[in-house]
Amino acid sequence: MSFERFVASRHAAGELVVQPRMGFADPAAMRAGLAATRDAAAATVGTITLDSYTRVGDTDSVSRALRAGNPLNGYPIVNHPPEVTRAMLDGIEGPDFPVQVRHGSARPADIFRAMIAAGLHATEGGPVSYCLPYSRTPLDESVRNWSECCELLLAAEQPGSRPHLETFGGCMLGQLCPPSELVALSVLEALFFHRAGFRSLSVSYAQQTNLAQDQEAVAALRRLCAELLPGTTWHVVVYAYMGLFPRTAAGARGLLRSAAELAVTTGSERLIVKTVAEAHRIPTVAENVAALAQAASAAGTAVAPVDADNQVYREAHALVDAVLNSHADLGRAIVIAFKRGLLDIPFCLHPDNAGQARSHLAPDGRLGWSELGSLPLRRVVERARAGPITSSTLMSALSYVQNTHDARALARPMPAIGTDAR
Amino acid sequence: MNDDAAPVGAVVDAGAAKRTVIVSSMASDSHTWNLVYLELLLGELGFDVVNLGACVPDELLRSEYLSRRPALLVLSSVNGHGYQDGLRVIRRLREFPQAHRAPVVIGGKLGIGGALTEDEVGQLLLAGFDAVFDDQRDPAPFHRLAAELSTGSAQLPVRVEGAEA
Repeated sequence: MSFERFVASRHAAGELVVQPRMGFADPAAMRAGLAATRDAAAATVGTITLDSYTRVGDTDSVSRALRAGNPLNGYPIVNHPPEVTRAMLDGIEGPDFPVQVRHGSARPADIFRAMIAAGLHATEGGPVSYCLPYSRTPLDESVRNWSECCELLLAAEQPGSRPHLETFGGCMLGQLCPPSELVALSVLEALFFHRAGFRSLSVSYAQQTNLAQDQEAVAALRRLCAELLPGTTWHVVVYAYMGLFPRTAAGARGLLRSAAELAVTTGSERLIVKTVAEAHRIPTVAENVAALAQAASAAGTAVAPVDADNQVYREAHALVDAVLNSHADLGRAIVIAFKRGLLDIPFCLHPDNAGQARSHLAPDGRLGWSELGSLPLRRVVERARAGPITSSTLMSALSYVQNTHDARALARPMPAIGTDAR
Repeated sequence: MNDDAAPVGAVVDAGAAKRTVIVSSMASDSHTWNLVYLELLLGELGFDVVNLGACVPDELLRSEYLSRRPALLVLSSVNGHGYQDGLRVIRRLREFPQAHRAPVVIGGKLGIGGALTEDEVGQLLLAGFDAVFDDQRDPAPFHRLAAELSTGSAQLPVRVEGAEA
């Protein structure tokens, strides 16, 4: 049942733990999805992704959809009675197959209660990463809610199995957030959980647009966590690209391969996969199982040497430092930092985000800053000169990864023209 | 960048309303890249764009639509609940026949299993949407509608169904 012990033992055995995103409204379908995940040719963790009505606390819409047989985009853990969820997990979830709940809620108390009642103790999120991109909930309210939920989950600790929380901060908005701010947010949420009393954590980082820069980011994340999370078991979870995914199956597989390469070359312990169907619809169980097996086969590649004193580290350190100096209470510090623009997420529409900072995608695929707003990075970073953002420059930045991998996939049958068909 | 062209909270009079477009998600959808893109695109066509952002409650959407009296309301959703949520929302917007009646269109990934069926698209149109733009299809019809509205050449209400228009 221990999430941390399972991941640590598979990692020690040289395996990359892989995990899908998966949620179905019907308990029988959810059970079948978990069983297929467990039986995939890989070291796997199961996922229960909740539906988006549950995420916003709209249990009435869940009830109506369940009654009418309308499809939901995830498992409604609050509406299904605990005994239904326990029965769904019975004989599947266990020491060799931990299951994590993923949701996206800034008001998650009911979700935590339902999860705990069903015997589940591993989830993910955070006061920033589950609020700013996903809701209209004021940030200070989200901070309070997440504090309370930390207490709920810690109080449910079982002997021999510590509850586990994963930060979602490394995935902010999915794409076009410079890696240093992703690292800073992941570290700050880990520290928020640490100060609440958690000693079993994982820290997320979502693949962006340049492998070398992403490797620097994971090295920076490791270094900051080593400095700031004493007495804690923590591991790194890499997310396969969360933006516009390649439309071709070969392009999607190529992108997943590079996500696995990022995970393995940085010594990361776990990878959240994406599938060939991502650009088109919610993937099937079979598509997820194929992605898990493909990603797991990347294990064994050597860890790449990355300078821990890199540009991403310097920026992330400056951001974290500025927040920690804003207030002794980290929750208050985070709220103050967003108010002052010391944290400012490019393109985020939430009312508590300053919206002055802007990111820029360089021709080599590195993500940087074109506008700093009030970010405390003036002596740390050089601003890229960027033209005005239009719908078409935004679309090309959003599509950069998709186009790169689709083009590479389509070029493969024609190596004669000299294209790098890797 | 058209930050200056998005007067959130501005007072809108009847004359200005012709130039205003509201871009919005629905209550359970948190995706925003689609909204940021639409805001830029419609801004470039000369509209004042009001971007309501993520997870917009039905009541807020309705009050913004009735009070701002926009030339167009664009609902964009990609989380798979767009079909169900869209039916609920448009019925509320069309509840009172005498209320403001500018075109309301919906687009994105509206179901969890790929493109909507013809029957589902028909249900959305029947419930009161003026157009349904499924992102599995060609985006040109939406661009055309927006361009026609911006030059005042659109016949209102327009009815566009997917790529057939």
